[in-house]
Amino acid sequence: MNGLEAQDLSYFYGTKRALDNVSFSVPTGTFCALLGPNGGGKSTLFNLLTRLFVAPDGQITIAGHDLRKSPRAALAQLGIVFQQTTLDLDLTVQQNLSYFAALHGLSGRAAQCRIESALDQLDMRERAGEKARALNGGHRRRTEIARALLHDPSVLLLDEPTVGLDAATRASITDYAHGLAEDGKTILWATHLTDEVQPNDDLIILHQARILETGKAQDIAGDMSLQDRFLALTGTVA
Amino acid sequence: MTAYLTSLRAIVLREALRFIHQRERFVAALVRPLVWLLVFAAGFRAALGLSIIPPYQTYITYETYIVPGLCGMILLFNGMQSSLSLVYDREMGSMKLLLTSPLPRWWLLFCKLLGSTTISILQVYAFLAIAAAFDIKMPVWGYLTVLPALIVAGLMLGALGLLLSSFIKQLENFAGVMNFVIFPMFFLSSALYPLWKMAESSELLHDICAFNPFTHAVELIRFALYVEVNGAALAWTVLAATVFAAAALVGYDPARTRIGRRG
Repeated sequence: MNGLEAQDLSYFYGTKRALDNVSFSVPTGTFCALLGPNGGGKSTLFNLLTRLFVAPDGQITIAGHDLRKSPRAALAQLGIVFQQTTLDLDLTVQQNLSYFAALHGLSGRAAQCRIESALDQLDMRERAGEKARALNGGHRRRTEIARALLHDPSVLLLDEPTVGLDAATRASITDYAHGLAEDGKTILWATHLTDEVQPNDDLIILHQARILETGKAQDIAGDMSLQDRFLALTGTVA
Repeated sequence: MTAYLTSLRAIVLREALRFIHQRERFVAALVRPLVWLLVFAAGFRAALGLSIIPPYQTYITYETYIVPGLCGMILLFNGMQSSLSLVYDREMGSMKLLLTSPLPRWWLLFCKLLGSTTISILQVYAFLAIAAAFDIKMPVWGYLTVLPALIVAGLMLGALGLLLSSFIKQLENFAGVMNFVIFPMFFLSSALYPLWKMAESSELLHDICAFNPFTHAVELIRFALYVEVNGAALAWTVLAATVFAAAALVGYDPARTRIGRRG
């Protein structure tokens, strides 16, 4: 199993427990939705998976690399789409992507090939010269995803990547991420919107710092809609 | 080119591009010391008598005396400005991008530091050029020999900014930096008056000034502008830079920080 594994992760902010003994695994080439209400622990989990925080205990393995023991090898295999924009709005799409490529040690022709390929995949090639500020919300998100794919990571983490987007753009980006999983990438997609989860997706429901359910979305939903099942489990509005 | 140099070039270039896009920042950074030089110094020239102290060989005008201090002021304000932009980056998400890069965190932070110091030094040279246009000139070779001093002083003040940024939780708290860091550092230094003058007023204030790393950064620049090395000032500035940088690294240690907490 070379996808993404987390074992026994706990995290506290002072005395407030943000994650309580969280363990899960996402096999290679799987789309896994991490579903949870706001404040459920998703962002803390993402901060641990991306090494912005380090958990005192537990283990995270990314594409076979232990994040604690070999952080650089693990991060090199990780693409991340954060909730907030990471684009410099005064720079063009091309300049933003070149900057990110350089942070992964890519420059010159190799970087340019990757940038063009990533932009092609996201239908963003013709916008390469536009400033990020001029892009609409959907195109900014696409640029973020192109950025996260530049170094050809095997694991992609997306933290509520469709926030603030219209329904059509949301569906398009969600479908694209599912396609990436079919192409062999391991996807962890954090959301609080059940309509972004497909029946065959792996699903983790995180609520009040703990994992409530893991399994196939259709199995967890059972004879209810996923929305109703989620509400019943968490007692919150999804 | 190795991954290290590639990332260094990209981070410095990004700082430069960001600076170019903020022309008002450049103007503000120049206007501030020029007002001090051309207005404040002109007014105080008569009030402050200066004796001959090293590195000066003769009596100098007050304008000449405060030029190194104003170079330090540019570095100080820029160090704090870069601290502000780091806090902004953290709130926006681009700091996360930097810190999740598969390169050592110390290197990434050093690149940031070098980028902001480069921008600061360009501003110092612009200021020195304008001062020279107003006939406040330094020895010709001084413009070259001051460069290493500016680098060391800029890195020290940038490291202080980096350290502050790791502790400042929100942009709103930045006003406190102005009141509790920039102003005390600047006024409790030899930027505007020689330390012996301060000693005449208060021994305690003199001692505080003598302890202030900014004083030593200014003296390092002052001597370098006259093609001299002030060894004590150099040692003190390098020591302060090392301490600030080490503390900043602790502040940005993922096992200790809350960098990703917002969002």
